[in-house]
Formats: sequence, C-alpha cells, structure tokens
Amino acid sequence: MNAPGKPPGGGRAPVYAIVGNPNCGKSTLFNALTGLKQKVGNYPGVTVEKKVGIAYSQHGQPLTVIDLPGTYSLAARSPDEAVTRDVLLGRRTDTPQPDRILCIVDATNLERNLYLVHQILDLGRPVILVLNMMDLAVRGGLDVRVARLEHALGIPVISCEAVNNKGLIELKLAMSRPDLPLSRHAWDVPAAIAPAVAELQASLAANEGKSPLIARAEALLLLTDQDSVRVAGSTPLNPRTAEILRIWQKRWAEQGMDWAGILVGSRYDAIGVLAADAVRAGAPTGRTASDKIDSVVTHPVWGWLVLIAVMTLIFLSIFTLAEYPMDWIGVQVAALANWVKGVMPPGDLRDLITDGAIAGVGTIVTFLPQILILFFFIGLLENTGYMARAAFIMDRLMSRVGLNGKSFIPLLSSYACAIPGIMATRTIEDPKDRLTTILVAPLMSCSARLPVYLLMIAALVPGDRVPLATKVGLMLLMYGLGTGGAFGFAWLFKRTLLKGAPPLMIMELPPYRLPRLKDVVLHMIERAGLFLKRAGTVILGISIVLWFLTAYPKGPGGVSAIDHSFAGQAGHAIEPLIKPIGFDWRIGIGLISSFAAREVFVSSTAVVFSVQNFDADHANADITPLRTALRNAHWPDGRPLFTPLVCLSLMIYYVFAMQCMSTIAVVRRETNGWKWPIFQTLYMTGTAWVLSFIVYQAGRGFGF
Amino acid sequence: MAAELKLSELAVGASAVVRGYPKAGDAFLRLREMGVLPGTTVTLVRTAPLGDPLEIKVRGYHLTLRRSEAAHVIVEAANPGP
Repeated sequence: MNAPGKPPGGGRAPVYAIVGNPNCGKSTLFNALTGLKQKVGNYPGVTVEKKVGIAYSQHGQPLTVIDLPGTYSLAARSPDEAVTRDVLLGRRTDTPQPDRILCIVDATNLERNLYLVHQILDLGRPVILVLNMMDLAVRGGLDVRVARLEHALGIPVISCEAVNNKGLIELKLAMSRPDLPLSRHAWDVPAAIAPAVAELQASLAANEGKSPLIARAEALLLLTDQDSVRVAGSTPLNPRTAEILRIWQKRWAEQGMDWAGILVGSRYDAIGVLAADAVRAGAPTGRTASDKIDSVVTHPVWGWLVLIAVMTLIFLSIFTLAEYPMDWIGVQVAALANWVKGVMPPGDLRDLITDGAIAGVGTIVTFLPQILILFFFIGLLENTGYMARAAFIMDRLMSRVGLNGKSFIPLLSSYACAIPGIMATRTIEDPKDRLTTILVAPLMSCSARLPVYLLMIAALVPGDRVPLATKVGLMLLMYGLGTGGAFGFAWLFKRTLLKGAPPLMIMELPPYRLPRLKDVVLHMIERAGLFLKRAGTVILGISIVLWFLTAYPKGPGGVSAIDHSFAGQAGHAIEPLIKPIGFDWRIGIGLISSFAAREVFVSSTAVVFSVQNFDADHANADITPLRTALRNAHWPDGRPLFTPLVCLSLMIYYVFAMQCMSTIAVVRRETNGWKWPIFQTLYMTGTAWVLSFIVYQAGRGFGF
Repeated sequence: MAAELKLSELAVGASAVVRGYPKAGDAFLRLREMGVLPGTTVTLVRTAPLGDPLEIKVRGYHLTLRRSEAAHVIVEAANPGP
C-alpha cells in the first residue's frame, strides 16, 4: 500500500479522476488538460461513456486523467452517476481506483457544488479543488477568497477559467506535486446516525476489505443511497452489510427519524460555514443577462416561437446541408465500386466487394452527415444552456405519456433519423424513461421513409400529377400516425413494461453561456466515432448478408437474378403472411431488401418490376417509369396489384415497421444487448402488420 | 408570524423559507441534495409556459421541479421586501 499522498510506486503515473456537477465546465477542463489525447469508450456492461485522457505534468511526465460523468451527489440516481460513484469507491474491476481526485466546481454557485466535494473529501484521497468560472463570479459581484478556502480545507485550491485556458499552469503544477496533503476539514457525523455509520463501517472493513476511510465514506453513502442503483460490473454489497443497513433503517423508520435528511442537512451546515468564510457577496447585481434571456425564451408566447424557430433551423440545416455530403458520398462510393469492377475480373469475390462490402460501408457513411449536423446542434444547445429550457417548456406535454421534458429532443431528432435521436437519449437520466424513448423513437417518420411515401402517393393517385393537397394531406396523415404511435406506445410502455416511479423533473437551469466551438466539435466527432466503431461493424455484417441473400443462388441467364435468389425465395415464402395485408411476393422482396434502409424499397422495387434505366441513387430521380410499372403490375388472376388501398396499406406498414438494420444496431449498442432491439422489431413490425391488415380488410369490405 | 403554505401555491416572484418536508421519496432526497432544505430561502421565478413545472431560485441558482413535488413542500412566506 502507498501512503495516501504519495504517488504510486513502480513508476506508474498517478491516475486522476475529474469529478464535478453537470454544467460546471468539467468537459472543457478535461479537453484543455488532455487536448486530443483522449480515448472514448464504454464501461463494460453499461452504456456509460468512459473517457480517459493523458495530460502532461510540468516535468513532461504523463498523467492519466479519467473524466467521470457529472453528478450532483455520490448517491447515484442514474447509471452514469452510479459509474462515478463506483469508480471513486474502487468498486469497479475495469477501472483502477483513482489515486487523486480533481474536484471542479462552479465558483458562481459554490454552496451546491461543494456538496459533492464534501462527500468526496470523505474518501480519504488527495483532492485538488478547482474553482472554475472565476471570471463570471467576479462579474456577478462575488468575492471568492481562494486563500481562505485553501486554509479551511487544507488542500490545493486553484482558481481557473477553463474556457480561457487560465489557471491551467497552476493546476498542472499542483497535479505534478509528488505528494498532496489530505484535507484537514473536520466534519463530525451527526450523533443520531453515528452508531449506525460506525457499525456499517466496521462491517465494510471486515467483510469487504475496505480501508477505514473508504469504508466510512461508503457507510455514509449507504444511508442516502435509497434505491442503491447498481450497474453491471460493480461489486455488489456484502449481505452482512446490507442486513445491518436494513435493521437500522427499520429502527429509524419506527422512530420516525429522517436519517437522510439529518445527514444531508449536516453536510450543508458545514458547507454553509465554509462558504460564509470564503465568499463575500457584493451588492446585488439585479437581473442578470440569463434572467433577461429567460424572460423571453421561457415566455408563454415568445418561448414557443423561439422553440419552433430553433427546431426549424435545425431541421432545415439537416435537410439542406446534409444532402450535399450525402450525395457526394454516394457518388464516391459508386466511383469506388466502379473502379474495383474495372480492375478485378468478374466473379463472386468482386461482387462481394462491390455490392456487399462497399455498398455496406456506403450505407454507414451516408448516415454521418446527419449525425454530425444533429450533434453539432445538440452540442450547441447543451453548451449554451438552451437544452434545459426546451426540456422545461416541453415537460408538461411529455408528462402526459409518463415521460419528462428530456425525451423531447431525442424524439424530435428522430424525425430526421432515429439513429442520432437514439444516441441523444443519453441525456435522459432515468433508465426506464431512456429505454421507453429508445423504443418509440423509430416510430417518428424519418427522412428515409419519404421516398417510399412519395412513390406510393404517386402510384395511388390516378393521373400524371398528384394534387398538392392530396400529397400534403397523405404526408401529414403518415407523420401524424407515426407521432401518435410513438406517444401511444410510450404511454403503454410506461404503464406496463417499464412501470416506475413518475419521472422527476428536478433539473438545474444553468446560466446561459457562450458555446465553445472546440468543445462542440469534439463532442460531435466523438459521437460520430462511436457510431462508426460500434454500430458500423454490425451494419456492415448485415449488408453483406443482405447482398448474399439477393445475389445467391444465381438464376439461369442472370437476368432479374433477384427472383431466383434467397431473397426472392423468401419473398415467396412470406407471401402467405403478407397476402392478408394486400402484398404479393414481389413487394415481399422489397420489404426484405429494404431492411438495409427503408429507401432501398424504391430501388429494389425497380429491379423486381424490371424498370430499365432507373436511377434510384439520384435524389431527384424521375419516378414516372416506376409508377407506370407499378400500375401495370397484376396478381396472377389479373387483379391489379397496386390498388390505392394497397398503396395506403404499404405506407401504413412503413410508418410502423422496424425496417432499418442501422437502427437495430444502434439500439443494440445503446441497450447493451439483443433483447430490446428484438422486442422493438417484433412490436413495431407486429403493429404495422395489424394496422395494415385492419385498413386493407376494412377497405376491401367497403368495396375498395 | 407569516402564514405557511405549499411551495406550489407561492406567487411568482415571491420568496419563502422552507419549513416542512416529506421524509421519504427519491424526489425529496434529491431536492435536499440540491440544497433545498428546511430553513433555506427559495424564490419562485416562474412557471413553464404550460403551468408546470416550476422554476425556483435557491442558493443562487435556478432549479425546476414539478407541481406534484412542490405541493409536498411547506414554506413560510418571507416578509415582502422593500
């Protein structure tokens, strides 16, 4: 064992953990300390991001820095917070217990920020306290006396402006110190709970081999850790300790004692003393800039206009800006495939490379522009503080279906594409709310459904031109059905499968701040990288399988090979299943192949119905020949295939069915397993079939 | 002695001191940890455009909570300031 203040032996660089409240500038400080020397991954078994970086001491010695998820307290309420707690307590085998802790606090809001620090000081590890946003504190009329705080706590206290890179040298100097003092802050456990803490501490030390200080900190934590959020990969509590805790809680409950309240209250009393000594509030500054902005942004009338304007801007950007890089990527992928075709002899291997692998990579990469743009905006909204306001405004509406305001942005993003929408659910703390949001997000009609809707509307309406009113009306109907479905299912899941306590809306509204481009861009690149790394491999695998199914076995002559392929056979095989909703085996092939991405339905339909020279890759492709081919398609008994009713049934099917392998891959990643994506695929596709069945059969009954 | 009322009944712009507090429940432990404790002064800043949730100012920062939680917090209206 090492003495607490000394760096670990064996030449290993000390491991630092950065902890702090959300919105205190923790990520900015982490980025400033480590630059681009960061590794972003996942804690095994949980979908919590693990960020580890390397900073260099003043002597050029590398220091490992772990950026732990932001939290207000070590008493965890979400998987993210549980990871922070468990890493600090040394409960995780996948992460070394940090040797030293950097506590970063918002100097403008010292009291609440010191609550977490107060819990961390109990851990018996050397702590460096970083007072961030000192410039804002000064501007707010606060006189934060660093020396007084340093003296009272007995640990290094560094004043800092992470956004301006001020205070970093002083911080690195402190981090480079070979030994750091432990805090001398004396804090007595309240007498009413002291015997219980002593007993729990003894049990933790005896049965779980914890060092005395960690055991004391953990004992204190157990008293406020009401539902003890446990995450995969964390060591569970020893049954003896759990039994002691249970007995005390029972005794206190009988006495009517508010043990958690006593503990929290006594910490805030101690903090009050510290803050009164260290902070001198200047003259009241009146309304701050944030207050003025909020009086517009959360205004009963202007608030809605601002929200609508911001969301419109984001959507316009995604639809207009993403199109260029997506087209460009499409052209490059096609050029690459052509080049391979030119240099390789024809054969199975060449087809595997061009139609399987390159096409699969193309699918993955075309998602990138949308993901990048959406996460740029989400980063911007988070960095400025508007995200919390949007959740504040929308909470009432979301609470109708049992969710809270934080589900709003992920669901809205899903109108563009469910993949970034699902990736954005990480801001939702409650695991059940998060899962509900993930499960319903793909019901929001994404942009990949548009080509299918447009083709079906064209085929549905007689004549060459579709009246605008019909087009808009049908489109609105489809978007309405999807949105209604998403909220309906959210309501249902929150009442049955994912029943829990009503979600809380206890959320900080941070002051507005100017966003920092570097942080926003880093966040955006990080997200895109995670998508490529984790979902990309699954998408590539499924694309190759889908290619194989549509290309093999080869038919005679090779013309319209898809009919003879496994996909064609599967189309025939599922015909009895889809006949009741008005589809034949050729539409079945379209359903199977469009599992790659919904818009593939259009191009594969062109292949199946033998439309020559149809260029589905082109965004403004003329669908007239395809529409004519669809109108001429018949059942073997001569009935027309694409009646208006079948077109409607097909559109409804596409509103609800899970027809997107990329979404499945992302859901697998975000829920850490195949259970939920399989459930989601079954419930969505099942609903799609049932609704299409009802519409088709009822329509037939009425003589359509 | 000022009258006691529920936090959810406080007028917009009014300040009050927290008095009564439920012992059990995740929401109230979280509120405590966020610094809303018996004896703490809170100000109701505004309600969301649809009337819920509420925005309060406590210990110099802004916090939201739903009416359903605020209805369990008993406060004592502070003397109206000058």
